[in-house]
Amino acid sequence: MGETTETEAPPPPPPPTPLELLGHAVGAVPGIRGVRIERDELIADADRDQLVAVMIALRDGEGLAFEQVMDICGVDWPTRPDRFDVVYNLLSVSMNQRVRVVVTTDEVVPVPSVHTVWPAATWWEREAWDLFGIVFSGQPDLRRILTDYGFEGHPLRKDFPLTGYVEVRYDEDRKSVVYEPVKLVQDFRSFDFLSPWEALTSLPGDEKAHRGKGA
Amino acid sequence: MSETEYPVSKTVEIDSHSINFGPQHPAAHGVLRLILELDGEVVKRADPHIGLLHRGTEKLIEYKTYMQAVPYFDRLDYVSPMCEEHAFALAVERLLGITAPDRAQWIRVLFAEITRVLNHLLNVTTYALDVGAITPALWGFEEREKLMEFHEAASGARLHANYFRPGGVSKDLPAGLTDKIAAWAETFPRFLEDLEGLLTSNRIWKQRTVDIGIISPEDALAWGFSGPPLRASGLPWDLRRSQPYDKYAEVEFDIPVGRNGDCYDRYLVRLAEMRESVKIIKQCLAKMKPGPIKVQDRKFTPPTRGEMKRSMEALIHHFKLYTEGYHVPAGSTYSVVESPKGEFGVYLVADGTNKPYRCKIRSTGFAFLQATDYMSKRHLLADVCAIVGSMDIVFGEIDR
Repeated sequence: MGETTETEAPPPPPPPTPLELLGHAVGAVPGIRGVRIERDELIADADRDQLVAVMIALRDGEGLAFEQVMDICGVDWPTRPDRFDVVYNLLSVSMNQRVRVVVTTDEVVPVPSVHTVWPAATWWEREAWDLFGIVFSGQPDLRRILTDYGFEGHPLRKDFPLTGYVEVRYDEDRKSVVYEPVKLVQDFRSFDFLSPWEALTSLPGDEKAHRGKGA
Repeated sequence: MSETEYPVSKTVEIDSHSINFGPQHPAAHGVLRLILELDGEVVKRADPHIGLLHRGTEKLIEYKTYMQAVPYFDRLDYVSPMCEEHAFALAVERLLGITAPDRAQWIRVLFAEITRVLNHLLNVTTYALDVGAITPALWGFEEREKLMEFHEAASGARLHANYFRPGGVSKDLPAGLTDKIAAWAETFPRFLEDLEGLLTSNRIWKQRTVDIGIISPEDALAWGFSGPPLRASGLPWDLRRSQPYDKYAEVEFDIPVGRNGDCYDRYLVRLAEMRESVKIIKQCLAKMKPGPIKVQDRKFTPPTRGEMKRSMEALIHHFKLYTEGYHVPAGSTYSVVESPKGEFGVYLVADGTNKPYRCKIRSTGFAFLQATDYMSKRHLLADVCAIVGSMDIVFGEIDR
């Protein structure tokens, strides 16, 4: 466990770049499942259960000094069993390097909060809870942050409609702000510009052929 | 809620030691609502309530093509619109694997610095307004007007420019604009001296800001600070220098650093940064050469009007770009710029279609505002205004 199984050995001729060396150091942290470099950015997949230990190691470990968490955010992939990615963008001011730590979770399994490692994490975690419904264990202040008081649902999930469910207006008769179900004069139009040559996997009318193959 | 509710009078007990500040307070810099728990006049806890300007930008961007997403960035931090566009343009360029041509990069650096001056002028002067000085705001806004005219000349809009695009800028600078900017850059330092004359050694200003809201470099890092507030705490960290993008590697400038990390130092750092920006602007004007202002690949940038009149191919490209847009290869990137406020980042996830799968906006002020509680503890109520002002809070970007 915790071995750098996915760390690719650098090709023999060029010496490893500083980023690759850092990748090895990050990969050696117990709890990191794999490290890869994409477009000169270091990405590390971490074990959810060991997240706090991983983060402390990334902050204080030997050869690592990620003093800052610049951003924590969720990404929703509804088709996966673990539908959410929680993405931590860390910055090291002393090494001038960045690393992106990714853990996965679903709607109910909590992610350990890292607010003890960086106090700045609190609001980002509140935001991820508010917008995605990702639960953070050990976070004492898991209130909603961006949405309205009394808001229901998690708007940045892919199954949440763009227009939302309720709209707000001031009612002159009742002398108060009222919440009503969204009434659209015209349905929301989402144009499908994916051209058949690039993205359409099955042409209209061809569904039967695909059904046969899939079964 | 029931349908028939009649007004009833009721007696509510109010704890006089917790007060509601905002969201319509002039010193709240937009729509900040602060719940302050006080002990007499001393702040025990500040709980910022944000989200009153939440417009769902990140959600909307998921339903727009990459080009349609650009204008949303102007509306985040509406005081420094072009710097926000810059982050998005860089993120998309990185995913597409294209780089803007030289002239486009110089124009972007030029306007990013003009935007920085624009932002700092607003911040410094309204910050002074918050603590009771009205003249700087009147003077500063006149100067801002000149800069807005440059914005307008280049992009057609004073505020919401939509000028930096993935692959370059939308159009070239009009004839004569560079001379006007050069002339402004000559006169601007004198204005800064006047502004400094009003504030820097002003007794009241110093009483209100010196030793207020001190944050140590260690705490500033732990709270996710960047930009002028981090530099005011004594860390010479500037993304333009340490992780240069576009042409920042080719210009010379100094990084002003504070010593005490208090409100006064944050003001001084911003003032010094405006001088450095003028230096960069002059270098941009000197080094800029004629040339293309966007990537010449018609799959990413539209053809000129003239071409469209003659070439069928150009017409098709134009039509495809403005309906379908371009497809961005699957992948993710976290691209940052040193916006006037600090690190402004865009975490962009592409899934290979013509729309972003996820576009997370790392707003700078979000981290600053979170630290308000920490910084305003054991300060007087009036100091909260100074602290909020010195953090350069703009709600468009915090609430998104």
